[in-house]
Amino acid sequence: MKTSLGPLLYCWPKAQVIEFYQAVANSDIPLVYVGETVCSRRREVKFSDYLQIAKELKASGKQVVISTLTLIEAQSEFSELKKQVDNGEFIIEANDMGAVEVARSHGLPFVCGPSINNYNAATLNKLATWGMQRFVMPLELSQQWLVSVVDALTPKRVEVEVFGHGYMPLAHSARCFSARHMGLAKDKCQTVCIQHPKGLLAQTQEAQPLLRLNGIQTQSASLCDLRDQQAIMQGLGVDYFRVSPSAMASIEIANDISKVTDNADALKCNGYWHQQAGLNMQS
Amino acid sequence: MELLCPAGNLASLKVALNAGADAIYLGLKDDTNARSFAGLNFTPKKLAQAVDYTKQQGKKIFLTINTFPKPGEEQRWYQAIDLAANTGVDALIMADLSLLDYAHSRYPHLPLHLSVQASATNLGALTLYKKEFNIERAVLPRVLSMKQVRDLAKVTPVDLEVFAFGSLCIMAEGRCHLSSYVTGQSPNTGGSCSPAKDVRWQEVGDRRLTRLNEVLIDQSDIDEQMGYPVVCKGRYTTEENPQPSYLLESPTSLNTLSLLPELAKANVVSLKIEGRQRSPAYVEQVTRVWRQAIDTYLNNPSAFSTQDSWEHALAKVSEGQITTLGAYERTWQ
Repeated sequence: MKTSLGPLLYCWPKAQVIEFYQAVANSDIPLVYVGETVCSRRREVKFSDYLQIAKELKASGKQVVISTLTLIEAQSEFSELKKQVDNGEFIIEANDMGAVEVARSHGLPFVCGPSINNYNAATLNKLATWGMQRFVMPLELSQQWLVSVVDALTPKRVEVEVFGHGYMPLAHSARCFSARHMGLAKDKCQTVCIQHPKGLLAQTQEAQPLLRLNGIQTQSASLCDLRDQQAIMQGLGVDYFRVSPSAMASIEIANDISKVTDNADALKCNGYWHQQAGLNMQS
Repeated sequence: MELLCPAGNLASLKVALNAGADAIYLGLKDDTNARSFAGLNFTPKKLAQAVDYTKQQGKKIFLTINTFPKPGEEQRWYQAIDLAANTGVDALIMADLSLLDYAHSRYPHLPLHLSVQASATNLGALTLYKKEFNIERAVLPRVLSMKQVRDLAKVTPVDLEVFAFGSLCIMAEGRCHLSSYVTGQSPNTGGSCSPAKDVRWQEVGDRRLTRLNEVLIDQSDIDEQMGYPVVCKGRYTTEENPQPSYLLESPTSLNTLSLLPELAKANVVSLKIEGRQRSPAYVEQVTRVWRQAIDTYLNNPSAFSTQDSWEHALAKVSEGQITTLGAYERTWQ
């Protein structure tokens, strides 16, 4: 099993993004996803910038995939999506069925991200006939689920990727929660999500960390950490273990997932993998 | 313009038809649909009765099979499709690719509607489902602004249905894991958001605590009226604001009465009333108001305005007695 680095889900200043991917280029991570998946209003790093980053990563020997928007609403977003799919060099990660359609109609292979509803082997096999090469297991599914579908995958086995480390993107809305928190309208948001490089932590009234607000995206407050499940994943034939970045330190984690050394303070969860509530932590 | 109403049982179905529904949607009594609550929905026998009754009234009936089959248990979903085809429902409302494929290949003449759980919000997604499975209609998620609905309606290859009234999902439906994150059950997998078995109200002094799988979603005075607890409508604090507030959304209902002319002009074919889990009294009240509103509009489109009595009647059955236009209105976003 190899590791992959998922797309950066947060809005960071451009200089920081450039610095981040320069460090990624110098790492041993074999597969890197780049692109804006959350909000088309984020213009700090434009698609042309991401394409440049992708080319540099490729030049340093990485396999690179362009990740696309999860919620495609406006016609302008759909036009932009078509342009991204048609980049001529990199395959895409589809996070919406609209992207699946664009890739399929162009005869291009694609990866299905975690927000494509792949809940059974028949669906996976259908998507494989349309050009899906790999899929990221939907977040709320489990090890048990994976066991029951891997053997039913035909005709040519598609690759399997598991979201193994990071804050999980749980939901997407038309509403921007970062702007709402600041009392701003979405159309005049000033991209305030840039102020929260790991999202804004929300807690219950009993101080239990629950969610992270990241623009229109709602994430888990707890860090999903499945690094102790590597051997099991390997045995199941999982091809890639995804690390979803939230800091420079994520590169180090993705570089060697067998080295479990990060801070013990982080609130962790692994419930979905064990077929439980996602926020549970089974030791 | 069709008025499409929910039925959790035969009593709701009858009052909805009596109050002016053009079509009814309903689900089977199992986890093949996303409103799998105890005491709700239809056995095969009751479904047959519902179909007969609806057809006698000259109205339409759609069966919702909009959860995603679990590996190894697909047969239950396939059987639901077979049953629907043999019972003579007018359409199936579905989201899963493999089920659309199954129904389209076996029952090519049975109309398919794309469920809101498929989360199709754009031309690309609609085109895919049209080309592959010849869907006739799609239900739009409650994330599009009115302008986006209008723009999409101009280019869509399929008929469009929208949510007109009822509980407000604020996340792109079918891709929301908030419920499963807290409870382990989601509409996609277990067939419900915020399952009742995980809800616990706890009275402490003069406060009422609302818990979902023991996670504190909200707390209030004992006499404050609270909505059904869902993660997106709880009160939380943030790193920057220790004062609890509705960070995502407050307990409100969607009400698009005032948008009726715009939805009609956009050629939206069907207005959906949410609430298969609600009482027959709710279904009757809401259906009656919407029937009047649609008829008033169709009689004289240019003179249409919403009436206070309609708004009042709808507010009474709304969560927190508050309604919103939700994402249709750009400022809400």
